[in-house]
Amino acid sequence: MAPRTLYDKIWDAHVVGARDDGQTMLYIDQQLLHEVTSPQAFEGLALADRKPWRSGANLATPDHNVPTENRSLGIDGITDLVAREQVQTLDRNCKAHGITQFDILDRRQGIVHVVGPEQGATLPGMTIVCGDSHTSTHGAFAALAQGIGTSDVEHVLATQCLVGPKALNFEVWVEGTLPAGVYAKDLILAVIGRIGTAGATGHTMEFRGPAVTALSMEGRMTLCNMSIEAGARAGLVAVDEVTLNYVHGRPFAPKGEHWNQAQSYWHDLHSDAEASFDRRVALDASVLEPQVTWGTSPEMVVGVGGAVPDPDACEDEQQREGYRRALDYMGLSPNQPVTDIHLDRVFIGSCTNSRIEDLRVAAEIARGGHVASPVKQAMVVPGSGLVKAQAEAEGLHQVFLDAGFQWRDPGCSMCLAMNPDKLQVGEHCAATSNRNFEGRQGHGGRTHLVSPATAAAAALAGHFVDVRQR
Amino acid sequence: MKAFNKHTGLVAPLDRANVDTDQIIPKQFLKSIHRTGFGDNLFDAWRYLDEGDIGLTPNERQINHTFVLNQPEYQGASILLARRNFGCGSSREHAVWALLEYGFRCVIAPSFADIFLNNCFKNGLLPIVLKEEIIDDLFAQVASGQRLELSVDLPGQAVTRPSGELVQFAIEANRKRAMVEGWDDIGMTLSHSAAIRAFETSHAKVMPWLFVDR
Ligand code: SF4
Repeated sequence: MAPRTLYDKIWDAHVVGARDDGQTMLYIDQQLLHEVTSPQAFEGLALADRKPWRSGANLATPDHNVPTENRSLGIDGITDLVAREQVQTLDRNCKAHGITQFDILDRRQGIVHVVGPEQGATLPGMTIVCGDSHTSTHGAFAALAQGIGTSDVEHVLATQCLVGPKALNFEVWVEGTLPAGVYAKDLILAVIGRIGTAGATGHTMEFRGPAVTALSMEGRMTLCNMSIEAGARAGLVAVDEVTLNYVHGRPFAPKGEHWNQAQSYWHDLHSDAEASFDRRVALDASVLEPQVTWGTSPEMVVGVGGAVPDPDACEDEQQREGYRRALDYMGLSPNQPVTDIHLDRVFIGSCTNSRIEDLRVAAEIARGGHVASPVKQAMVVPGSGLVKAQAEAEGLHQVFLDAGFQWRDPGCSMCLAMNPDKLQVGEHCAATSNRNFEGRQGHGGRTHLVSPATAAAAALAGHFVDVRQR
Repeated sequence: MKAFNKHTGLVAPLDRANVDTDQIIPKQFLKSIHRTGFGDNLFDAWRYLDEGDIGLTPNERQINHTFVLNQPEYQGASILLARRNFGCGSSREHAVWALLEYGFRCVIAPSFADIFLNNCFKNGLLPIVLKEEIIDDLFAQVASGQRLELSVDLPGQAVTRPSGELVQFAIEANRKRAMVEGWDDIGMTLSHSAAIRAFETSHAKVMPWLFVDR
């Protein structure tokens, strides 16, 4: 057989066949569901008098709308009645169709992309979909994980298949070792800065090379999570010992004889030596510095030692206009040093960086310090109830609280501000999330995407600082 | 899905690259459990000066008169002219629903983000990819104050400019067919139920650990 990429292998193993219209049906092993993009899909099923093809291939949890305070109140803690109805709708739909759900009161509830891996529901070699673009996160496990729209959520519920064309192969090769103080988040921001937010459109992106294999599963998830910000349809990392060690023993992971069978199957989940990629880009991790976004697109990013660019220096007219508009929205001036950007709020959380490793790194920096007084709020929002419990067992919550951070309940929170956690007009926020779009964290809010370490250090300083110089 | 065959309509220009789905329909409107009701909130943060929320009608809002869709000459526009990487960001299909409900049948851009493109095909909103030079030219034509109407012929894969000039566009053949016919996407897949079941049986032999009850 001709050499294949990891993407080719997973794709080939799931092709059901072609429909009458010529489009390929790809079998989906698992669908993850949350409250925001599923109600219309379930409604569509009901209207057409259809049932889920395989209820057991779905796993649900509410995350976007849930409040991050007073969780013990359960559904009554959601004061926004429209949001509450959405969460209740998910409850109802899961009950009606026998779909496993970690509801708002379940200690396993959390951001869907944190929960899947944590439960061992995300496994190598799987095809996974979710009505959420950051489904790419699960690619860290060598699973083909794609974000889909609501029509496809309904389609997969009804047929267990996803229909559409195959993507091209894109290799991101990362040489070297990440320096101390520089993390997976900085690496993926640097990749996006290099190739742009449309750089990988139409491609599945596989991260390879020594700097990638050296990452923990948490770091690999951060990489794959933001591959969508580079335009990729999915992100991938091959299976190795790190993957197997992470998966082993998790509640939904294969056990006994199944574990042995699975392990031998997973062994092949890497690109063949001679596999050809449609596009390649190579980076050297050892020269990277901590990254900070200054604009309203994740590609608008510089090293912490750098400065906000001058639009007049742009050669491309569209880019110049885009830069001008971004600086205007962000309230920044050309050539302003990144370390002169002052912060009103700090948000540590989201499916990009709310796992235990992220919280450990942030707590280490927060330890013994205090949030600077101009910073009105610094919040830490664990990715799931289990991450929260683990952090508390390690005493991290106390470190954060002593340093003046707020310690919240799990959910998407201020990543997209659908719940009460929001920026006010004009406020600057250091955020460990993935999108700095206009208004993303609240109407008129200004987001700077950074790693958990940089966010924590910025909280203590009141402005951006180079974590390597602390 | 709404079928798409031919369409002639007024063009509205949105001269920004990387328009993301958060801009097309901001998150507060995603709390709705319905498929409709998004048209008034298309590009909400640009169309209005105040912050919107579910339940507020346009009459209660402060209109941003400088935004292109609020200008008198673009009322009734059904073709959106856009820049590269249109629809990037979130997978929210609400973005496509909002565009359709507002009255757009077609978006023309040099490139689209993947998930958005897919969502367009699922709903009968036609995404047309044209070369950057042609897009520049169309923007220039609109900027010169001309009222620009275009005719789109999906089966013929062509856009006709007022001058009569035909511009061909590429589109994936299978997706085009599905859109022209307005096929029921799920129904078509379900007509292959036997094949799906057969695949599932053999798949369960290869990866039995995926078929264990939770
Ligand atoms: S944390 Fe943010 S990016 Fe991740 S799923 Fe939630 S809203 Fe989306």
